[in-house]
Amino acid sequence: MTSAPEMIDTLDDRQRDGRPLLELRDLHVRFGTQDVLRGINLRVQQGESIAIIGESGCGKTVLLKTIIGLIKPLWGQVFFDGRDLALLTNHELADLRTRFGFVFQNAALFDSMTICQNVAFPIRQHRQLSDGEVERAVLARLAEVGLPDSVVTQKPAELSGGMRKRVGLARASVLQPEVMLYDEPTTGLDPIVADVINELMMRARHRYSVTSVIVTHDMRTARKVADRVIMVYPLTRLEPNEKQIIFDGPPSALDRTEDRRVRQFVRGEAGERLMEMRAAARVAAAARAVNGVES
Amino acid sequence: MSTEHGTTGASRSARWLRPLVQWINDWGGVVVDGIMAVGDFALFTWQAFGWLVTRLPRRETMLPNFYQVGVLSLPVVALTGTFIGMVLAVQSHFQFSQIGLETRLGAVINMSLVRELGPVLAATMLAGRVGGAMAAELGTMRVTEQIDALESMGAAPIHYLVVPRFLACIFLITTLTIMADFMGVVGAYFYSVFILGIDQHFYLYNSRAFVGGFDLFVGVFKSLFFGAAIAMISCHRGFHCTPGAEGVGRAATAAFVVSFVMILVLDLFLGILLDSVYFALWPGGTKLF
Repeated sequence: MTSAPEMIDTLDDRQRDGRPLLELRDLHVRFGTQDVLRGINLRVQQGESIAIIGESGCGKTVLLKTIIGLIKPLWGQVFFDGRDLALLTNHELADLRTRFGFVFQNAALFDSMTICQNVAFPIRQHRQLSDGEVERAVLARLAEVGLPDSVVTQKPAELSGGMRKRVGLARASVLQPEVMLYDEPTTGLDPIVADVINELMMRARHRYSVTSVIVTHDMRTARKVADRVIMVYPLTRLEPNEKQIIFDGPPSALDRTEDRRVRQFVRGEAGERLMEMRAAARVAAAARAVNGVES
Repeated sequence: MSTEHGTTGASRSARWLRPLVQWINDWGGVVVDGIMAVGDFALFTWQAFGWLVTRLPRRETMLPNFYQVGVLSLPVVALTGTFIGMVLAVQSHFQFSQIGLETRLGAVINMSLVRELGPVLAATMLAGRVGGAMAAELGTMRVTEQIDALESMGAAPIHYLVVPRFLACIFLITTLTIMADFMGVVGAYFYSVFILGIDQHFYLYNSRAFVGGFDLFVGVFKSLFFGAAIAMISCHRGFHCTPGAEGVGRAATAAFVVSFVMILVLDLFLGILLDSVYFALWPGGTKLF
């Protein structure tokens, strides 16, 4: 007697099908009357490491938060493992989020808790473990990110920016998620600590074959950690019919691209922005002069 | 020619219409914003109640909030109660002594305290001490992405942050009200008997005769609504805090102001409701004179 085959979507099935682990379809996000993201389409395969680059205010962080359902799109769909996030109940969404780890820009550690309580938070929320087991897991994670046991009793305010970021990394990875989402992981850190964070991201990827989505404007991070780079451009600088993702390729292709906007960002050149600023200053001065005459 | 006239007339009417359209547009915006704010608050409250009936927060999440709301508010509420009791004795003594009824002072002061001043003052102190702090704390958590972090780790922010604060407020405001009542009664008694020299026996006799269990119940019952309003308004303001230090400050101020107004509005309507219940139960009522 044979039973009906179970509809379980395994990792191997997905790899054979070539189906992405994460997929965004025609994503639009609007805050009030301002469009932030428009027509974003993105497929992320299991094990891939993607860097999303772009200037400040272009919607990178919004894109990252939309992936995990923290921001609801105006329209469009986010699929994770073949499931549309919009169709999940709150409970299902909470369960699904345990498969993600989110490292926030300023770590977003809970001020009122110690480092140990911060890192243990996801375990206490989702696992039934004894205090000893929780402590062992916390210490193991902290050791992985190179923090000594002595920090466990400290509060986040007592740590440096780099240490807080590493605690954030330890907290995000404590449940061994399948996808790590990093929001500006190296911003505001000195080059050495920034490189330590880069190494930790690479180690997480290689050790646990984690899929990574890294939002950054640090080109060193993008080149070192990612095997695919996506550049998002601010909607305010685009024509209505232009695509918001203006580059999608390996980091090595960044230097060969014909797109002036990408080259300008990669090289860190202000370009026409200085002329725009001067023109805006001239317009403002003229407006002041007209107002002065009228009054 | 006629076209020119038509154009001029149309532009004149357009000039006249523009401010009117703008006025309607502005008011429309205000009304829509108001309705959306009320709807958002209702939804927020509904979600909190949903969690209340499905899953209560853990003990270790509740206790710090109970400590913050109850234990740390107790001294200030007790002090306020004591002074208000004494102030009432000071203010009413002269008027009552003019008509030779100073022994009835206990009845009047205690009635005012247990029905009105105790619950309203305890709630006001709670709104100021705890409501503002809650809005500022949750606002800072919102601004520093801690609420997003909670959600990203599969926790429900309303369940984790709002429900414990709500429970702490509604359970402990009753205790704080009773404490304010008690300290007010003690303060008024002390001032009336030992400073103003009112006869102790008649002061106590009149107090007992005119202030009953229903009066005490009215105060405590009203305080439950005050506590719920303070918790929900403060948490809602904190959750919807705008970015920056100014946003957090504004959330804390708004939490206190809106809570205070709501306490007064609720006090009026609950007062009317409970009075009708009282007169339905005891049609004659208790007469002071």
